Amino acid sequence: MCTVCGCSGDGATVEGHRHDHHHGDSDHHHSHHHGHGGDIHFGHGLAGAEVPGMTQQRLIEIETDIMAKNDRYAEANRAALTALEAFAVNLVSSPGSGKTTLLCKTIEALGDRPLAVIEGDQQTSNDAERIRATGVSAIQVNTGKGCHLDGHMVGHAMEHLDLPRGAMLFIENVGNLVCPAGFDLGEDCKVAILSVTEGEDKPLKYPDMFAAAKLAILSKTDLAPHCAVDLDLYEANLRRINPHIEIMRVSALTGEGMDRWIAWLETALKKKAVTKLAG
Amino acid sequence: MHEMSLCEGMRSIIEDQARAHEVRAIRAVRVEIGKFAGVEKSALNFAFDVVMKGSVAEGAELVMIDLPGRAMCYDCMREVEIEDRLSPCPDCGGGKLMPSGGDEMRIKDLEVA
Repeated sequence: MCTVCGCSGDGATVEGHRHDHHHGDSDHHHSHHHGHGGDIHFGHGLAGAEVPGMTQQRLIEIETDIMAKNDRYAEANRAALTALEAFAVNLVSSPGSGKTTLLCKTIEALGDRPLAVIEGDQQTSNDAERIRATGVSAIQVNTGKGCHLDGHMVGHAMEHLDLPRGAMLFIENVGNLVCPAGFDLGEDCKVAILSVTEGEDKPLKYPDMFAAAKLAILSKTDLAPHCAVDLDLYEANLRRINPHIEIMRVSALTGEGMDRWIAWLETALKKKAVTKLAG
Repeated sequence: MHEMSLCEGMRSIIEDQARAHEVRAIRAVRVEIGKFAGVEKSALNFAFDVVMKGSVAEGAELVMIDLPGRAMCYDCMREVEIEDRLSPCPDCGGGKLMPSGGDEMRIKDLEVA
């Protein structure tokens, strides 16, 4: 992250806009370029202060969370979503688990409900194009060298989505079962997608992500008969890592389990509206 | 992996503090890292040296203080300390443990030169 505004450095880009910010610190200066039909480039380089001689020693107590800056962006996103009574899901998984296909089928099943998608990938806007082909607005965030989306990137992307009231926002994170677990984006919950071809012990190998998820979707269940996998063992391992986790078996291809997933989303959205009224 | 982003976050905090306290050089940075924070210490050390270049903390020592992993055991319903994410409950041997602490990543203090 950038030292001043938390920009994730090294070439992360948000599709669809270009302008420069210059932060006015005397010892720091950076820009994001928000590309017209192009990208936002996050933070280019850091101009640091020189370090001259030293005097007497002392200790400065800080007690500050390293993630504090990300968490501030995440909280701002969360507040914006709550004000809109919008429900946001952070979809996390390894690459190739079927996130985008599940998302396309989910969009189809949700019909004309207002929704939007933020797509995170290191490179290309292929996924956003797949989503836009369904008629839904989507924005691609390319993280460049980064391995995860962060609160700041998502905040920028949300500015461009013009989210309607009561919308569902799907944030498809970078395919990675490690780092996205640690970065709050302001979402209502993380949903982990685990395809049946990945191995029953995946939750044990990457526990942080499955501990952080509210729901796990066992995807591509249509392939299960061909892969000699034990779906009950997947579930047992998920519950070992996270005794609270909800689990659904879904095939986006055959539609098996899609009804439950859609009902889960609709219930969550309704709960969000009720919570806002109560709050 | 994200150790680089963490160090960039640290640099931001350190530079803010250095400005506020009118400090020109930092000799050591002490951080508390929980067992379940998902931080690889050697990667953090490496990234720290790289990211702090050109800042007030260039060349500073990174001191890492380990904090224990804690989890709620759903078998004996007690909070216990565990060594590893897959460790069983040290009290009852149960395997259903929900992490309840140990994900801290905090800058504790700065030693000013």
